[in-house]
Amino acid sequence: MTAVAAPDRPRAKGVAPTQGLRKPRRYGRILLYAALLAGSIPTLLPFVWLVRSALMQDAQMFVSPPEWIPAPFQWSNFGEALTTQPFGRYFVNTLVIAVISVLGTVVTCAVAAFSFSRLRWRGRDVVFALLLSGVMLPYAVTLIPTFVMWQELGALDTIAPLTVPSWFAGAGGGVFNIFLLRQFFLTIPFELDEAAYIDGASPWRVFWTIVMPLSKPAIIVVTIFTFIGTWNDFLGPLLYLQSEENYTLSLGLASFQSMYLTQWGYLMAASAAVIAPIIALFFFLQRYFIEGVTLTGIKN
Amino acid sequence: MRRLETRWGILMALPAILGFLIFTIGPMAASAFFSLTDWTIGASPSFVGLDNYTAMARDELFWKSLTTTTYYTLGSVPLVLIVSFAVAMLLNEKVRGLAIWRTIFYLPTLVPAIANVVLWIWIFNPDFGLLNSLLRQGGLPGSQWIYAESTAVPSLIIMSTWGFGNTMVIFLAGLQGVPRHLYEAVSIDGGGPWRRFWHVTLPMMTPTIFYNLVVGVVGTFQVFNQAYVMTEGGPNHATLFYVYYLFRKAFTESEMGYASALAWTLFMIIMVVTFLMFRNARRWVYYEMAGAR
Repeated sequence: MTAVAAPDRPRAKGVAPTQGLRKPRRYGRILLYAALLAGSIPTLLPFVWLVRSALMQDAQMFVSPPEWIPAPFQWSNFGEALTTQPFGRYFVNTLVIAVISVLGTVVTCAVAAFSFSRLRWRGRDVVFALLLSGVMLPYAVTLIPTFVMWQELGALDTIAPLTVPSWFAGAGGGVFNIFLLRQFFLTIPFELDEAAYIDGASPWRVFWTIVMPLSKPAIIVVTIFTFIGTWNDFLGPLLYLQSEENYTLSLGLASFQSMYLTQWGYLMAASAAVIAPIIALFFFLQRYFIEGVTLTGIKN
Repeated sequence: MRRLETRWGILMALPAILGFLIFTIGPMAASAFFSLTDWTIGASPSFVGLDNYTAMARDELFWKSLTTTTYYTLGSVPLVLIVSFAVAMLLNEKVRGLAIWRTIFYLPTLVPAIANVVLWIWIFNPDFGLLNSLLRQGGLPGSQWIYAESTAVPSLIIMSTWGFGNTMVIFLAGLQGVPRHLYEAVSIDGGGPWRRFWHVTLPMMTPTIFYNLVVGVVGTFQVFNQAYVMTEGGPNHATLFYVYYLFRKAFTESEMGYASALAWTLFMIIMVVTFLMFRNARRWVYYEMAGAR
């Protein structure tokens, strides 16, 4: 694992698809778009179903054959669903946990990746290999002792169990981020560091003023992965959060689902409201995301 | 310089090293110890040797959860691999509106696990759910989906296919790394798209396929949310997934010792399965640089 080959240096800014050597013939093109379209229908259908249900009165949802256009548009589902339970509060709670986790993960993983890729110290590769070995560990193995530890520390029902591990390089699953960042850092020419050291710069300065600014795509990938991971986490909040005012969106939605089994319109509206922010985030960042994943060459 | 590098190197790796000790090694050792005890929270653990493990051998629900999970893994992983590979191939072509297509196919992966589960409860509803509505419109008989013992796991396998986005992104990254000159070589020899796929794309992608296979198997062995929110392990234990059973033992029945033994058994199963996959991989995974592992 120590001799991971550095991926090619990123050449161009935008990542263009590299396959289409000759332009495929016309019928090939038509076939391609037909396949894309055919694939996107089952992908999108559940969303359409969700949105139409969120905007319907309950009675209209149960009509058979199903109707696709709400009549009338029941916009009040959103308002009512989001006020029956304090979803605003859950939103803030989730956001706080996600932001703290992203910051912690990015800072400590980047620092570690810098150490493992651009600083030479004895035992470095052994330590890195050891860390990597933890990736395969099922979370179930650490689940119970970790829970007991937080309980002993009196940290149940606080955000500490959900955020503190991220300040230790994401702990557990975070090793993947270190690996990804390290791969990327290895592609930056080492001459830059040497020049800076000759000028008397410290390793921190090299990290902060040279390596970090050149690593934006990789940082964005880690940010998005961590943000989505925290936003979507269910088991963590389920274990550690007890009082309703501390709930995250996932917990709120789960309790909403068991409480209002009959009010489907509300449930669908609440689900849509939980999904929307993350889709918006991804929409704006997807270009960097795909680009970053490609450039960091996680294929190895 | 050398000493400076060492000092900074260790300092900067310190959070990761500490995290590994506190959140991985420590809990691992603790859970190995707990698995040898009879222990409910509040009481102090009493050492019982391998009793938990021998009890597991006789525990019908343990075997049930293991077969259910294996069934799910065998169904879900190949399906997700095939679908995500196919879509990645499509998205690697020069198509118009690439960003939109990519977003569409990645969208389901973004849906928070619980919203996803809630949505699918509704899709699977036998009376007014999306699937049965569509089937009925097509004149086909409906299904009980997650509400019948025989169809519950297949339903969840179908549902898992919807979240192929992450696997797809990694395939996409792999496809972008296939050297163009190899395609050129095939074209010069007069090979068409099929030959290009069979002789270049597929062999060059075997490391990526292998990576996704391992990650997929390790991941599906640990499904939890669907069982917890959607089916509560039912009907009649048909969806009693391993980690859900473990969770119930630990946090509902408070049998921490037994649950830890379940956890360690899962760990060993995953280790063995991963080892077997790695050994088998030598036969079909192709690495461009010999010796680069």
